[in-house]
Amino acid sequence: MTTSFSRREFLIGSLAASGLTIIATVTPAGVKLANASDTKGEISGLQPTAYFVVTPDDVVKVMVPSSEMGQGIRTTLPMIVADELEADWAKIEVLQAPAGDAFKSPILKTQLTVGSASIRGWYMPLRKAGAAGRAMLIEAAAKKLNVPASECVAEKGIVRHEKSKKSLTYGQLATEAAKLPVPQDPPLKKASDFRYIGGFVPRVDIPEKVSGKAVFGYDVDLPSLHYAVLARPPAYGAKAESFDEKAATAVDGVIKVVQTPFGIAVCAKSTAAALKGREALNAKWGPGSHPDLDTASLEKDLRDGLNKPGANALTKGEPKKALEKAKKVLEASYYIPCVAHATMEPMNFTAYVQKDRCDLWGPTQAQTLTQGVAAQVSGLPLEKVFVNTTLLGCGLGRRARPDFVIEAIIASKALGKPVKVLWSREEDIRHDFFRAPMAHQIKAGLDDKGNLIAWAHKTATISILKGFGETPKDGIDGFALLGLVDSDDSPTRSPFAYGIPNFSVDLVLSDLPVPVTPWRSVQNAPNAFATESFMDELAHLAKKDPVEFRLSVLKDNKRVTRVLETLAKNSNWGKPLPNGSGRGIAHHYCFGTSIAEVAEVFVEKDGTVKVHRVDVAVDCGPAVNPDALKAQIEGAVIMALSTALFEEVQFAKGGVSSENFGDYRIIRMSEVPEINVHIIKTDADAPLGGIGEPGVTPLAPAVANAVFNATGKRLRRMPLKL
Amino acid sequence: MISINVNGKDHRVDVPPDTSLLWVIRDELKLTGTKFGCGVGECGSCTVHIDGKAKRSCTVSVGEVGSAKITTIEGLSEDHPVKKAWIEEQVVQCGYCQPGIMMETASLLAESPKPDADKIIGSLDDMICRCGTHPRIKKGIRKAIKIMAKEGR
Repeated sequence: MTTSFSRREFLIGSLAASGLTIIATVTPAGVKLANASDTKGEISGLQPTAYFVVTPDDVVKVMVPSSEMGQGIRTTLPMIVADELEADWAKIEVLQAPAGDAFKSPILKTQLTVGSASIRGWYMPLRKAGAAGRAMLIEAAAKKLNVPASECVAEKGIVRHEKSKKSLTYGQLATEAAKLPVPQDPPLKKASDFRYIGGFVPRVDIPEKVSGKAVFGYDVDLPSLHYAVLARPPAYGAKAESFDEKAATAVDGVIKVVQTPFGIAVCAKSTAAALKGREALNAKWGPGSHPDLDTASLEKDLRDGLNKPGANALTKGEPKKALEKAKKVLEASYYIPCVAHATMEPMNFTAYVQKDRCDLWGPTQAQTLTQGVAAQVSGLPLEKVFVNTTLLGCGLGRRARPDFVIEAIIASKALGKPVKVLWSREEDIRHDFFRAPMAHQIKAGLDDKGNLIAWAHKTATISILKGFGETPKDGIDGFALLGLVDSDDSPTRSPFAYGIPNFSVDLVLSDLPVPVTPWRSVQNAPNAFATESFMDELAHLAKKDPVEFRLSVLKDNKRVTRVLETLAKNSNWGKPLPNGSGRGIAHHYCFGTSIAEVAEVFVEKDGTVKVHRVDVAVDCGPAVNPDALKAQIEGAVIMALSTALFEEVQFAKGGVSSENFGDYRIIRMSEVPEINVHIIKTDADAPLGGIGEPGVTPLAPAVANAVFNATGKRLRRMPLKL
Repeated sequence: MISINVNGKDHRVDVPPDTSLLWVIRDELKLTGTKFGCGVGECGSCTVHIDGKAKRSCTVSVGEVGSAKITTIEGLSEDHPVKKAWIEEQVVQCGYCQPGIMMETASLLAESPKPDADKIIGSLDDMICRCGTHPRIKKGIRKAIKIMAKEGR
């Protein structure tokens, strides 16, 4: 029962299971596809762009540049290609693209699956690519049949000439079509002619995942694969004071102990041996750079930060003056702690560094970055680094970092063997780069009619930008400000939704060493907790219904108005509830998507908050894959509810004290509410918004507002506790 | 050498008896459908059947298993109602926790073919899914129950 892939076979990885027999390599000329059993010849066929090839044996192979981490991207991007190409879905084969320039996100300019950018970035380029292919196939058929192209129609993988009743398959046309020039501006389909876009297509990754044969990073297997686990410093900045290398290597199966910038790697012939070796290593660590850092001091540091001047990120109008003139003024502060990514598949990566090449296998969201750091660490040129992206057992932003990649490369280089670095759950939680904790203070003013006329906002956090090795210019870190200060023309498209005439945002960055990085929606979710809780507080101050109040502040924002009105209509908003129950609403705009959620809660006598029902209305432009969209929203609501009620990383003695799922609590089946998703129908040519992240943003404030509605108590710190 | 029976086949593995069953299944038998999630029995990603009962393989040592019959996700037939239902209801997102959840579900339905909502939630309440597929897991279970009834299982 041993399955041992040869390296070349593994390049096709899990795809082999679905009958695919091609590998892909990037050359300066673009992507070349070759048969695994006959790598001498490239596949002949129609390949107008890097994104697909129509082969003479009548298969359409589609390259997916994005990482599949559960969002269904291996289905949705091929749906777009197949639709414009008029391909038969049954003949589509899906391939994971290698690292390559052609696969860099059109929005992010790097091959990176973050920022809810896959569909909104690839939609038009893939439609154009598919349409170019369709035009070329029609042209080739017209030539072959000696009829005008205008009399030929492409339909589900066949070009027909109605008058002569003759038809040719795409496979029969591929070689001829490949000789034609690629049209640069091919006619696109009308939305009413879409065959797959906007419809239901079963996800291509589900059958292999259900069978147990899907290959995640943790499952990578290679001939003479070695396994490494690391002893890691328990406190930030701690140095190893002692470790017993002899004892570790004396363990049966342990080969070598290797130092890395992240800890001491114990490399062995099996996972079990590596784990035993790490125990025997018995590493002792010094106190670290901030031995007094704990959960309370982290919170105090950020809350104290609100008293510091900070950097001004935006000032509109004259908020100070307007606040002086305001009839009613309200001030409140909020705190959102560190939360962990806690992807179900812990961090891991596999590297094989040889004299003349470096092969990598694993779950990464960042192919360009991975290739770049691998070239640096291995000392090989970029084109000798081959990135094979496996399935990802969740991404959430954590897998866009290269730390685990570097560990694998160092270990493989030292051993001269392929090495898989495996993290335990404890390491995964303790050595995460967390969602940046935030303290917020907002002061706002209403005029005599209850209109919101001024909003002065200050937030203190830890810089994500610094974590990427960059210095925040003039004290401004754009990641921290998503949903507060941004523009609809930026890659992140997360401006504050409300037009308030006098508005300012100031930012204070802490120097604490807690590592942070984007976590699904980046700081949109923590910012939305502050802004949408405070909106609710203001609505009550103005003695207005929370929906009405928001609509009055939105004024002429028709898109958001429609989302709120749709949600109010579909969520029983305003209808009476039994004692102890309450409803709360929140809205947030991010990644070009407007989304609002109503939470219905019941507060038990002991203060336990139970969320029974969540209604969602979302406008992300036309829905390309509605079922996957719904799944993303359901999942986002549940993940956000987990952070709203339970999640907080604990710190002690200068490091993380949370260990595993026993003390880092994640939501359970019995705590999951009924979720109803209402997708707003938009014009077919409305711009696309992202969908992977927005769903998490309004949930926590909606729950906090519902708790207020139920009990009259305002909860301003996450996780919410009465 | 330790003998174990996995998915109907006898295997001999050369590991110390205190090695966790999970690593034997994954590293020695190369059955990687059984996942490592937490290593301490908290998440359920490593759930297998031992003599038909759902057990967390990370907390069982290979030496304890003896002659018991072990079934992994790969050993659950491809036309098993749970596998069919999971595809029909498009339950899966990242899919990492699903083999464990499916094994737990298969064991539940083998023991009680028509569980009520409380029983379903009770038996799956300590399985962790980070993607938030819970609503679809519930749908998947209801569909599996229907398929079982239809097939007369």
